[in-house]
Amino acid sequence: MAGLATTFGSGAMTNSIADLGQAACILAIGTNTTEAHPVIALQLKQMARRGGKLIVANPHWIELCRHATMWLRQRPGSDVALIGGMMRVIVDEGLADSNFIQERCENFDALRESLAAFSLERVSQITGLPQEQIREAARLYATSSSAAIVYAMGITQSSHGTDNVQALADLAMLTGNIGKPGSGVNPLRGHNNVQGSCDMGCLPNVFTGYQSVADGGIRERFEAAWGVSLNPKPGLTLGEIFDAAHDGTVKAIYLVGENPVITDPNAAHIEEALKRLEFLVVQDIFLSETARLAHVVLPAASFAEKEGTFTNTERRVQRVRQAISPVGNSRPDWWITVQLAMRLGAQGFSYEHPAEIMDEIARLTASYGGMAYHRLENGGLQWPCPSPNHPGTSILHREAFTRGKGHFVPVEYRGSLEQPDEEYPLILNTGRMLYHFHSSTLTRRVKGLRELHSEERVEINPQDAVSLGIADGDLVKVTSRRGAVTVRAKVAEGTPPGSLFMTFHFPDTVTNLLTQPGRDPVSKIPELKFCAVRVAKVA
Amino acid sequence: MAKVTLTIDQKTVEAEPGDPLLEVAKKAGVYIPHLCYMDDLPSYGGCRLCAVEIEGVRGLPLACTTQVTDGMVVRTDTAPVRELQRGVMETILSEHPDRCLTCHRKIHCLPNWICLRDDVVTDRCVTCAKNQWCELQQVSEFLGMEGTGRFYEEGRSWYGAREEIPLERENPFIERDYNKCILCARCVRVCDEVRGVGAISVTYKGDKARIDTPFGIPLHETNCELCGACVDVCPTASLMDKTTKWAGLPDKLVSTICPYCGTGCQLLLHVKGERIVRVSADAEGAVNKGQACVKGRYGLDFVHHPERLTTPLIRDNGAFREASWDEALDLVASRLGDYRGEEFAAIASSKCTNEDCYILQKFARVVMGSNNVDHCARL
Ligand code: FES
Repeated sequence: MAGLATTFGSGAMTNSIADLGQAACILAIGTNTTEAHPVIALQLKQMARRGGKLIVANPHWIELCRHATMWLRQRPGSDVALIGGMMRVIVDEGLADSNFIQERCENFDALRESLAAFSLERVSQITGLPQEQIREAARLYATSSSAAIVYAMGITQSSHGTDNVQALADLAMLTGNIGKPGSGVNPLRGHNNVQGSCDMGCLPNVFTGYQSVADGGIRERFEAAWGVSLNPKPGLTLGEIFDAAHDGTVKAIYLVGENPVITDPNAAHIEEALKRLEFLVVQDIFLSETARLAHVVLPAASFAEKEGTFTNTERRVQRVRQAISPVGNSRPDWWITVQLAMRLGAQGFSYEHPAEIMDEIARLTASYGGMAYHRLENGGLQWPCPSPNHPGTSILHREAFTRGKGHFVPVEYRGSLEQPDEEYPLILNTGRMLYHFHSSTLTRRVKGLRELHSEERVEINPQDAVSLGIADGDLVKVTSRRGAVTVRAKVAEGTPPGSLFMTFHFPDTVTNLLTQPGRDPVSKIPELKFCAVRVAKVA
Repeated sequence: MAKVTLTIDQKTVEAEPGDPLLEVAKKAGVYIPHLCYMDDLPSYGGCRLCAVEIEGVRGLPLACTTQVTDGMVVRTDTAPVRELQRGVMETILSEHPDRCLTCHRKIHCLPNWICLRDDVVTDRCVTCAKNQWCELQQVSEFLGMEGTGRFYEEGRSWYGAREEIPLERENPFIERDYNKCILCARCVRVCDEVRGVGAISVTYKGDKARIDTPFGIPLHETNCELCGACVDVCPTASLMDKTTKWAGLPDKLVSTICPYCGTGCQLLLHVKGERIVRVSADAEGAVNKGQACVKGRYGLDFVHHPERLTTPLIRDNGAFREASWDEALDLVASRLGDYRGEEFAAIASSKCTNEDCYILQKFARVVMGSNNVDHCARL
């Protein structure tokens, strides 16, 4: 979420889920909302039903297209060009909100200059969209009384994900669609508590609430609260951690509840890195593929067996409540970590109940300052919630941006890292489907979900299928520069010609053997949505 | 807009002008029997059960389609109202098995008892999975249908009255038994108006009318997303959760947050002993307002999966062996003690709670002196 932070000063969803239903126009880009966030999709459908304008921008035909006013089928990886083109139309046709730009933003001239490169001829060439469609989408978005942008991994999981996000933020500011109901830039987070784990400082460069570890003043506060002196040097990101494990500079890893051997791009590299560690401890509820590599495995309690809070994609902190006792001898994650800390002689780790942990978080984190369990009983609170009587914040940047002025970032289109060529002529896109989740550690253990969808399928456009002699249900081999997987084909109209689609839910077919580790230079998010492959029928 | 004041059964009530009378009464604690009205959806006026008396209004208007106005005087519990409601209910029940509703012994009966009153023992209260948590049963009890009209003593209306409709239970989660359907159309409306899916509709006409998918194909072959919203609103046993329908009444309901995506839907876990026997969407949920998806609703079985890790494991000569917490924690602590600062890294989970995450990064920074802490938000 680095892109949003540069522009606005905060990387979270600017508006609320319920608020989306009130928008006059929504641009849904890089999100297959009905499959990945079905309940948020209800708001989008509701909006369209009430007569709102829904613009879906997605190379693939998705269920949401049924409810859309417009479907833009841009070429994979051409999002920046599309958004740049829309902004160019808005500026050229005088549809920009000049009051908003003047009063609330800075660096507009730089943006305007950068738009010179986005003539509709060029944009149309890159995106494969007719000029008229781009123009119409721009007008629809810019002339609606309120317009919201919704996006997910299709935008961020790219080697230019930060560019994508910044372009979207520019588009919103250009039209004054920030800080009012039914507008904003709204990233939909994939996991129940991605927002929370970021808020809590599970990031190498920040403490809770995005307070920089390199900032002396902030560090002093934490040192005083925690009673130790702290390391001022930002740590390694996930990918860098595995690289460091590979070359031996990181020697021990404490890994909680993740299964990178399946979910990470370049899975083979990760597996090798973990095997080279001197000590690996994994804490999880199942013996995942990653846990099998550990020296010690610690059994964690599931969400139904502990008290706590999750923070959802709209910054709402909600209570998780214990329904049953921990299964077997499993224990809540916080309890296990606390035991280790105490055995290692640390002070300040004696908690009786998670509520005390939340009180400590509130003391150290301005945006969580007013959070306390007794206040979260009915529906939770949205941060920033700085004081005990603060009602929480449903819309960010109402009066001013978190960083003061909204900062326009010039847009620049760069192609994806790996372009299709003669040897690998097709583009592979990866994503989710409704009945499974992530590495399916959880969902494949649910009988009914497994029944509905039990194996990976590679989706291929009928046109490509015919020319390659592939029929529905055929066993095919998908090969990239990094590896190959064998899987059944599904011939599907929804997949654009020249592209393939696979999920990454099934450990028997490790899709991420194919994807490439090239990362966005700023956010360090890998380019999971785009790599060059070839496909052939297995004789 | 200014509020309006009205009286319902002698209670003075304030409301927004234009609100449905049924809703206003409900909030004021006055129950008006109804089988088609749903919170937050436009009134439908299909079941005709919610009749009331309003001063100065002719006949017995429906409370769900009547909008409140200032000075309205409403009575819900008069003899003509109840008589009409019983008549309507009698019509509704003519299409539904009624022993479960009208037998005076039903609270004494237990499963597998032989029914002395009734030769058709396959169709009694205790053979219906919805017994004791059925909305139709509750309305029927409220109106005192037992022993009235054609339900008097052994008189019966339903058996053999209709050709049996085969069950549809081909998908793993939702079971459809239209023999028990009263055509309230709630499922059709929730699927269309709330979920925007429209997998089912009212098909055929007259006494052949019933709810079905296009061409009667199985549910999972339509565009149905198996979210279970229809099951939640069904007032009878027509739509049931296939795997948990016989779980009966839970000991307690625990409201918590779904562990799957970042939406943050509030779910109700129905708990019996140490088991989650059913999951439903919580109407109080700030985000989801009574809605969920197939994963949240039907995908939590992993909690009780036999492969759950139940004890610490230590690798010994290449294979895992079970260990006690003390042994495992001592071992991990002593091994981690060898590494400090940059040699150590912690990888957090975006599935864990805020408190779990906070403690983990505090552990990495305070105990291990390392900022090498990240999680999979980048994925
Ligand atoms: S609730 Fe009023 S007619 Fe059904």
